[in-house]
Amino acid sequence: MTAALELRNVVKQYPGNPPVTALSGVSLAISEGELAAIVGPSGSGKSTMLHVMGTLDRPTSGEVYVDGNEVSGFTDRRLSAVRSRLIGFVFQQFFLIDGLTAVDNVGNGLLYSGIAKRERQLRAAEALLRVGLGHRLLHLPNQLSGGERQRVAIARALVHRPAIVLADEPTGNLDSRSSHAILELLRGLNSDGTTMVVITHDRELANALPRQIAFRDGVIEHDSAGRSASALLP
Amino acid sequence: MSPVKRAVSPSKFRLGDVLSVAGSGFRTRKMRTALSALGITIGIAALVSILGLSESSRAELKAQIAALGTNLLTLEPGGGFGGGDGVLPAETVGKVARIGPVEQVADAISLDLAVLRNDFVNENETGGIAALAVDLDLLDTLNGNIAAGRWHDQASAAVPTVVLGAVSAERLGVEQVSQGMQILIGGSWFSVIGVLEPFPLAPDLDRSAIVGKPIAATEFDNELNPSVLYIRTAPDQLDQVRSVLPSTADPESPEEVDVSRPSELLTAEEEIEDTTARLFLGLGVVSLLVGGIGIANVMVIAVIERRNEIGLRRALGATRSHVMRQFLAESLLLSALGGLCGVGLGAAVTAVYASSQGWQIVLPPAAMVGGFFAALAIGVGAGLYPAMRAARLAPTEALRAA
Repeated sequence: MTAALELRNVVKQYPGNPPVTALSGVSLAISEGELAAIVGPSGSGKSTMLHVMGTLDRPTSGEVYVDGNEVSGFTDRRLSAVRSRLIGFVFQQFFLIDGLTAVDNVGNGLLYSGIAKRERQLRAAEALLRVGLGHRLLHLPNQLSGGERQRVAIARALVHRPAIVLADEPTGNLDSRSSHAILELLRGLNSDGTTMVVITHDRELANALPRQIAFRDGVIEHDSAGRSASALLP
Repeated sequence: MSPVKRAVSPSKFRLGDVLSVAGSGFRTRKMRTALSALGITIGIAALVSILGLSESSRAELKAQIAALGTNLLTLEPGGGFGGGDGVLPAETVGKVARIGPVEQVADAISLDLAVLRNDFVNENETGGIAALAVDLDLLDTLNGNIAAGRWHDQASAAVPTVVLGAVSAERLGVEQVSQGMQILIGGSWFSVIGVLEPFPLAPDLDRSAIVGKPIAATEFDNELNPSVLYIRTAPDQLDQVRSVLPSTADPESPEEVDVSRPSELLTAEEEIEDTTARLFLGLGVVSLLVGGIGIANVMVIAVIERRNEIGLRRALGATRSHVMRQFLAESLLLSALGGLCGVGLGAAVTAVYASSQGWQIVLPPAAMVGGFFAALAIGVGAGLYPAMRAARLAPTEALRAA
């Protein structure tokens, strides 16, 4: 099976005196079709993992492969292209644009792909159907519940058929009922073939997913898939 | 595991999408949009209306000058070394009339007499009104018009009747000409038979009380020496007439005769108005700059407030230049909106003011198009720095919870 996302010996240091090491030599592969949780307390390096995996930030050293592309040396422009084509993001705060309907918010997932507006809206409507919001197409974010807003955000992350979806604390702003529904949605989408990584501090949520990768102090403490990091190196 | 590469095509941001994304921000922030565009609106409106009004008033002045005729000359005794009595020899009129291209000559004789509303008024409070004795053809020579009542005729010129200039009528409180209205000239009662409209080319006449020469001769026993001559010439020979007038009027000392062309004064007046317009134009430019600073301010705030949106767009695949384009487009749309409103408002002000003055409405297209493009230029200038800040923001920084 091909890796949708692979990290090889990734180190991330933030400048300072002394420099802060957020990731110290992380190697990890997420296969196509996987649903994995990256779990750890705050300060464990999981936010940095989101940034590096999502090509929002470059590693200090090491290699990052997104759908087979080694991106650690990419320019800002090319990283943007990788995000627009290969990666979908779901954020804890949803980050929907207030003045836009659900369809247009989801359509924004295709905004930087050069696709015409009508086509974007058609695909956005399809994506909203997939997340169970077929009846909320023209609603504005402030007319939706928290759970519904996160569904819109998930539809936006799926609409361009990315190689991988990265979800950062997707249930962090939701009550337990909505959280449960979102978890079920993510599992359902995964079983339809979407590769997904959920970054969370919530062990319970992590344990509900097929694979858990536990972080502590910038290193993988435990990986339930049982593959040791060194086995991935050539 | 050997990674299989899929080609990644670059991010794109279509022009239509740039504009619609930039415009959608305004719908959710209507008040702020309106207020920040207002500065530009006022600046452009000031520029357009000042240029429009000065064009309109200039057109009016030109029409006025054309109607009055530019072929009028006035001849007065100058304040030369020998001069002093301020009058011309009585035969001057005849001499000037004999110059070939001279079409009409009329003279006015200044009577050194007090003009009073009635005998209760102190004799020294004449309100600057001069009594003049004239020929009947003066009105015709000056293209003058009657505002009320009538002009002198053969009969009235020989009896104590008077026609008032526009300013005199106002100062004496003569609003309409009615039977039995009388004023005092040099101690004698004169019936007011008419009021004149203003003479732009001979403003002295506006401040005068005009009587016929025959009554002036009999009533005041004055010597009939003209104090000013009004001369109409063939338009194409004005300069020649002008050059021979002094020596014709006073062959012995031509330097003591002043010849002037009143329409030149009006042209000078136009230039003075130009200076005033330039001052206001400067004010318009200043308010435009202030408007630009207002937009820059709003854009800087927008970039700070919408950090998360910038982060989201970067996560969705926007490049730095896409973010920059979005914010530049917003500032450009704001200023275009302000500019359009300003051009409309300026044109409306021009139209309303010009028509209230009875002027012809002139809207210079250069001012309107130029005003709009000035607004766009201000928009680019104001948006550049905030847009660059937005573009430079690192995605991880932008996504951090506020």
